[in-house]
Amino acid sequence: MLRIALIAAPWLLVVALWWLVSISGLVNPGLVPTPPQVGLKFWQLLTAGSLPVDIAMSTGRVFAGVALGIALAVPVGFVLGWYRNIRGFIDPLLNFFRALPPIALIPLVIVYFGIGEPAKIIILFYASFFAGVIVMYEGIAQISPLYVRVARTLGATDSELFRKVIVPLTVPHMLTALRVALGVAWATLVASELIAAQRGLGALIQNASAFFQLDVIYVGIICIGVIALAMDFAIRALARRFVAWQDRIA
Amino acid sequence: MTTAAPVRIAFDHVSVEFASARGTMRVVDDVTYDIRDGEFVSIIGPSGCGKTTMMNIVAGFVQPTSGSVLLDGAPIKGPGPDRGVMFQEYGVFPWLSVRDNIAFGLKLAANRTPEAARDEIVNRYMRLMGLADFADAWPKTLSGGMRQRLALARAYAVRPQFLLMDEPFGALDAQTRSAMQDLLLEVLAAEGKTVMLITHSVEEAIYLSSRIIVMSARPTRVREIIDVPFPYPRQEALHETREFNELRSHVRELVMLEYAAQARQTTPAAPRAADDIGRIRRGKPPGGAS
Ligand SMILES: Nc1ncnc2c1ncn2[C@@H]1O[C@H](COP(=O)(O)OP(=O)(O)O)[C@@H](O)[C@H]1O
Ligand SMILES: [Mg+2]
Repeated sequence: MLRIALIAAPWLLVVALWWLVSISGLVNPGLVPTPPQVGLKFWQLLTAGSLPVDIAMSTGRVFAGVALGIALAVPVGFVLGWYRNIRGFIDPLLNFFRALPPIALIPLVIVYFGIGEPAKIIILFYASFFAGVIVMYEGIAQISPLYVRVARTLGATDSELFRKVIVPLTVPHMLTALRVALGVAWATLVASELIAAQRGLGALIQNASAFFQLDVIYVGIICIGVIALAMDFAIRALARRFVAWQDRIA
Repeated sequence: MTTAAPVRIAFDHVSVEFASARGTMRVVDDVTYDIRDGEFVSIIGPSGCGKTTMMNIVAGFVQPTSGSVLLDGAPIKGPGPDRGVMFQEYGVFPWLSVRDNIAFGLKLAANRTPEAARDEIVNRYMRLMGLADFADAWPKTLSGGMRQRLALARAYAVRPQFLLMDEPFGALDAQTRSAMQDLLLEVLAAEGKTVMLITHSVEEAIYLSSRIIVMSARPTRVREIIDVPFPYPRQEALHETREFNELRSHVRELVMLEYAAQARQTTPAAPRAADDIGRIRRGKPPGGAS
């Protein structure tokens, strides 16, 4: 009970502050809709509007981008983490690309990939890959060579070593990379939907801003935050289940 | 121990050099000794002198720069399940339960064991090492002494002919340490093995071994090889005998000279070695819990 109260408290505090600001008269009430107004808008968009489609489109894009990004980040991060001498050369390159804001790449992506669905997914892929690969290789580089030696002294072959030692030690880092990549992908969503998107939470926000529908913008932002948070929770639950052996669970 | 027992491990003029910032560093310097079948040999010497390096040669992780180490007369080609290794850091697999840690080696192709036999071996070592109540526990929940026993059980399960132990009891408190020593002697009495044990404790070396090899400061050489004349099985009361104490004084003297020599070397290992001398003066195992 106390736990629930403690978890709810900061959220209630933020909503209360928001409400206070919107009714205080310090700002033009037209600029800050109140929580009930936003709640009502949410309900309207959900039942009579396009919100379900927007959520589905955006979630689909994030999943596709993250799936592709992690599919590449896991093997690449693994190789970079395992072969430490390669890493010294590749590291600056990775940091260079990671530092580029995806939004700056949009013009190039449009030139090379057009304005269809692939272009949006490529932006999300880019963000997920560079976030995931760094988490992956930093994690792999920390794996103690001791476990490899122990397995060798017990008679493990190369393939047994990989399946029975390296894979289990890699799983927690894969889950962390997935978490980080999902977070980054949601944060990049609006940018990716700057590319001529008709539907999606980012598109919803942009269309609303063209018509100055602040309540719709609030709904879009809150939806992104809540979905991202829910996914993070889901992965953490997964981690608790699959890597319960870890000292400290992410 | 009859001298007629065949030589199992033969160090022949072995030297090891490592590349370092200032050229090459010689760690092991022209070391020659034999370990015979069924012997329990303890290696004692200052921190950083090269003891682990010698063990790593036998384990198959390091090649001598010159000289040779033969295992049953043949050169060593990498690690293998015939040589069980207990690493200083134990290396218990954190992602496997206690039971699966012990069973790990038995499930490898090199020691493939039918499931029924495997379960029997695992259960026997869990009982022997006092781990039966923790069969399904994660290693993160175990104490240091229990992890140490788990590492020992895992090494034992694949029935190695050799047991190579690197300061296995160094991190344990005095009571646990003494219990582990007796457990080790008990297990060895049941299934004879050839043992190489690295330790800083003169008492431990005398109590457990049939021979003690005292190593010098780095680059390490054989300072003296000492026969321990007490018959097995050995009991705790051995510690109180005059013969034990005389031998201890002799070995301690030798060891202290080498620890002091190592401490004089201006190396990163020096503070640790100086600390060890203090501990030895106080009659305590260096590096261990006081
Ligand atoms: N693989 C290696 N590369 C370079 N130097 C090493 C390596 N292994 C050990 N050394 C150095 O060799 C010396 C002896 O190490 P070690 O055999 O671990 O000593 P001990 O076990 O007696 O404390 C130390 O100075 C250590 O830093
Ligand atoms: Mg050592």
